[in-house]
Amino acid sequence: MAKAIGARMLSVDLEKKFEAGGARAFQLKIKGEFSRGFTVLFGPSGAGKSTLLDCIAGLVKPDKGWIKWEGEVFFDAGKRILLAPQKRRIGYVFQSLALFPHLSVEENIGYGLSGLGAAQRMENIGRVASAFHIQDLLRRKPGELSGGEKQRAALARSVVTNPRILLLDEPLTGLDEGLRRAILEDLRGWNAEHRIPILYVTHNREEVDAIGDRVVTLVDGRVRGSGTPAAVLDAPRTIALAQAAGFENFFRARVVEHRAADGLMRVALDGSHCEVEIPLGGETVGEEVQIAIRAGDILLATHAPYGISARNILPGTVESLETRGTTVVVQVKAEVRFTVHVTLGAARSLELTPGLVVWLVLKTHSCHAVSPQ
Amino acid sequence: MSIEAILLSLRLAGTVSVILLIISLPLAYWLAFTSWRGKFLIESVVALPLVLPPTVLGFYALVALGPHGGLGRIWLALFGHALAFTFTGLVLASLLYSLPFAVQPLVASFESLDRRLLDASAVLGASRGRAFFRIILPLAWPGVITAVVLSFAHTLGEFGVVLMVGGNLAGITRTISIDIYDRVQALDYAGAHQTALLLLLISFVVLSVVYGVNRRIWSPWPKR
Repeated sequence: MAKAIGARMLSVDLEKKFEAGGARAFQLKIKGEFSRGFTVLFGPSGAGKSTLLDCIAGLVKPDKGWIKWEGEVFFDAGKRILLAPQKRRIGYVFQSLALFPHLSVEENIGYGLSGLGAAQRMENIGRVASAFHIQDLLRRKPGELSGGEKQRAALARSVVTNPRILLLDEPLTGLDEGLRRAILEDLRGWNAEHRIPILYVTHNREEVDAIGDRVVTLVDGRVRGSGTPAAVLDAPRTIALAQAAGFENFFRARVVEHRAADGLMRVALDGSHCEVEIPLGGETVGEEVQIAIRAGDILLATHAPYGISARNILPGTVESLETRGTTVVVQVKAEVRFTVHVTLGAARSLELTPGLVVWLVLKTHSCHAVSPQ
Repeated sequence: MSIEAILLSLRLAGTVSVILLIISLPLAYWLAFTSWRGKFLIESVVALPLVLPPTVLGFYALVALGPHGGLGRIWLALFGHALAFTFTGLVLASLLYSLPFAVQPLVASFESLDRRLLDASAVLGASRGRAFFRIILPLAWPGVITAVVLSFAHTLGEFGVVLMVGGNLAGITRTISIDIYDRVQALDYAGAHQTALLLLLISFVVLSVVYGVNRRIWSPWPKR
């Protein structure tokens, strides 16, 4: 469908090198198209997500390639075209929000509307202020706002100019989930009317799920995958992606047996006698693989389980417990150490204490083979 | 006490600090935001008066402003007199002498601004000029105040440059510090003391008024 409309599409093909003094040189090399609606840019910090947004906004000049919007060229290295950020009509919410500290919320929002008459300006400010529920905060300065209010003000400022593309760099970090969902709903409501591409940078898995739509993963300056969150993030293909996706357990292992008929293979975790079954991959017997397992995908049992479909059951001992919010992080020693997440209630009813003997239960498909690169 | 010398010094310091502010704002803006590699050369030139003995600076200024110097000759052709030993000559030499005291606080305050604010301004479509007057200047206000106070105070107290370039002409180039020096040479300690004390008081009042006001407008953030 997007193809048929063809128009409202941001297309990017660019390269940018950084000669970081002392640190390793970093190269951003991105090719992609972003159609209207949300696209989540997901990846570990340092992957180049913010740099990509800066290139699109015109704040950083790429070395090679081009950036185009509809028929318009924002940047073309070959044709020596570089449109100033002022001329691109892009909305951008920075990670730091960058609200002008000496101006009121109203003046902040109105800053980009200097070309309009006073009446028109007030009307536009009023409209976005009500869309983002900050009508009562217009006279305040940014220093007098809470985190969520600041984020709403920054969003309102970025969309009031009627941008053609919206770039959001972790705009909702630090908010609790309820507030985040509420602001996202406001943003969705706004975009239902305007239907522009929104590039949303985050490294928070929960935000990805809340936004849903499309995900593009960036690692080390390259696109490493794109598609729905489930397809891209639940089966990560590299260690870096798995770390970004919130996997807690990584093990080096060696393939000991292929069972092609069952679609699985047995691997032995290095430095132990633990063997687990994982989905069949391309690795040959004897070859090394890396295994990634989510702490939340591991079950704990206080008695040896039987009559259960999960294929991997490993005995171990509870080493330590740490409560984080409503989750209890349990370290279990089973020759190798596993990190397991259980709920507060589960930890209580199992009477988990350090030294307790437990069994780790792992489904085959919870164990992901990932490549080191 | 020499009221004439005090008024002359205040006039000199006032003229110099106003002109310096006008020169230093664009210069400091450029120094703070340019990515030109040769910028350090300009920085060194601006900072030279900090390390040069005032007599060296005054000597070159005298040569340049005199009837045989470049600037002096042009002035002579235009106005019929050279610049050495005139109030205008004194202003020109003092501009040079106090330049770093105006430029450096401005550069420091411009550089300490959050660059993302300027990025935000650009993305919102505002020109550089608008960003300068609406964002940079209001947020760098303490730096502007500091630049004006320092260049005023520094010009008020200069001695070596004035002596070299201006000499000691009553009402034209005899500033407070020259006057005090004169009186001490003539063993008029009482006169020297009166003038010195008045200068001390003026300096203290100016500084405390400025810093007092500055504290209130120092921060755009709400009071904690």
